[in-house]
Amino acid sequence: MTAQLLEVDGLGKRFGGFVALDGVDLSIAPGERVGLIGPNGSGKSTLVNCLCGTLANETGSVRFDGRDLSGLVAHQRTRLGMARSFQLPRPFPSMTVGDNLRIPLLYAVNARPGAAHLSVAETRERCAELLGLVGLAGRVHDYPRDLTQVDMRKLELARAMASDPKLLIADEAMAGLSHSEVSDIVALLVRLNERGITVILIEHIMRAVMSFSQRLVVLVSGKKIADGRPDEVIRDAEVERAYLGQ
Amino acid sequence: MRWWTFLLACSAVAAAVFFAACWLANDYYFFAGYTVLQFVVLATAWNILGGYCGYVNFGSAAFFAVGAYTTVFFHKALPLPIPALVLLAGIASGLIGLGTGYLTLRLRGAFFSIATLALAVVLQTLVVNWNYVGGSRGAYVVRPNEVALIGSYVQYLFLIMLALAVGALAVARAIERSRLGFGFATIRDDELAAEASGVPTLKLKLIATTLSGALMGMAGAPFPYYIGYLEPASAFGLPYAVNAIAMPMIGGTTSWVGPLIGALLLGTLQQVATVTISSAVNLLLVGLLLVGFVIVAPKGIVGLVQPYWGRKRKRAEPP
Repeated sequence: MTAQLLEVDGLGKRFGGFVALDGVDLSIAPGERVGLIGPNGSGKSTLVNCLCGTLANETGSVRFDGRDLSGLVAHQRTRLGMARSFQLPRPFPSMTVGDNLRIPLLYAVNARPGAAHLSVAETRERCAELLGLVGLAGRVHDYPRDLTQVDMRKLELARAMASDPKLLIADEAMAGLSHSEVSDIVALLVRLNERGITVILIEHIMRAVMSFSQRLVVLVSGKKIADGRPDEVIRDAEVERAYLGQ
Repeated sequence: MRWWTFLLACSAVAAAVFFAACWLANDYYFFAGYTVLQFVVLATAWNILGGYCGYVNFGSAAFFAVGAYTTVFFHKALPLPIPALVLLAGIASGLIGLGTGYLTLRLRGAFFSIATLALAVVLQTLVVNWNYVGGSRGAYVVRPNEVALIGSYVQYLFLIMLALAVGALAVARAIERSRLGFGFATIRDDELAAEASGVPTLKLKLIATTLSGALMGMAGAPFPYYIGYLEPASAFGLPYAVNAIAMPMIGGTTSWVGPLIGALLLGTLQQVATVTISSAVNLLLVGLLLVGFVIVAPKGIVGLVQPYWGRKRKRAEPP
């Protein structure tokens, strides 16, 4: 068995009396494209927050790239190579698009132990390259308020990519987008994956999930109820029950 | 402009200001100028935390008073020259800033502001009950009349405050154009996104509270020599807290120029009002101007001017 990039073991999180995550196990191999689905309130975003260190899990452990992440806060996990995009885009509104991308370059890439600091010119080059990759070339001096909703999502993904991650967690990157915009983002995520980045896609839009994922994981009420090939998972009786009722 | 060029330019302006005041040959200008410069330092210091990071500090007077009382303490315990006292005051209030930051920065928005207000009350109570520094009676700090080379003592104090103002502005400007400044701005914009981008937000906020606190304390250090008699009510006075907030807000909080403009404008206006109308009108003026600016120009004077001027300039590259 090859070494896993991400190993989640018995992850648990409660909010008062509400159990948001109940012993979730998950392992993801390097280079995989994994879709994570589940009805509203099933704990998808809580799982992302626990993985990224925004929330602290109460039970269980997360190992990433051979390292136990317990006790590490969000920015330390980002520096280890775990990046996320937010469900609702959260750009830095007072900065230009280019400066938005500079932040992870300055604070995650340059802060990695042993990494050589990027020069001003290299930083600028990297920004331009990332913007080209997501299709925002030429908008480097614009402010986030000037972007459309789909461009904002692209900026969000570009900023996550700027930290040079091994694992990208895209939390509902496509909610509210049109048919062609969804295809745009899926194509973008596939391109990122082809560059060697492992991607977890959390999404409600089944067309996107099905076309993107090599493996599908289903969360319901904080429990993982299915994990396998997408076409098999969506035929699973329990998954059907969770989505459609009995 | 590189930071040392900026420092040289600032020093040249400061020297010009000093010699202009000397040429006017009236100690009153030094006396009034000291207060204005003191507000330049206070406003610039407040802006490092309040403007760059977006954490509103209502306790500026406490940091200022810590600086002033450090001087009172050493005046009795171990007389030192003022530059040394400024340094010690900076260390004392910087440490208090660090401690406050550590205890309160997990609070956000209004809760952080309320905590800083509480800090002022706690420290004032402490000083009132500390007999060695005069307690509620206050303490007299007798200053010499003359200083060698410079002349009258108030000129010496003016010169010190001028140097502090130049130093504070240079620090603020250096932060603004550095990696640190970019990090501060992400905290102001969105802390969660900042963390996700690798920004160590807690560490940066601690740096900001320490720096901001230290500069405020430094502004307070020469104050007992200036005023001659220090009591808790005046050192912890409302005017410091209000002015430290109002000046950057009126000038503009996103760059080092804002607090400078705000402090020069409001500080001078207050001095003029004190002489021509009455000293009680001071805070009323500040209050009215603050309300006016918050409604008409929430981004301050810099925000008003920027669209016409800043667009043409390319943003400075970070290191």
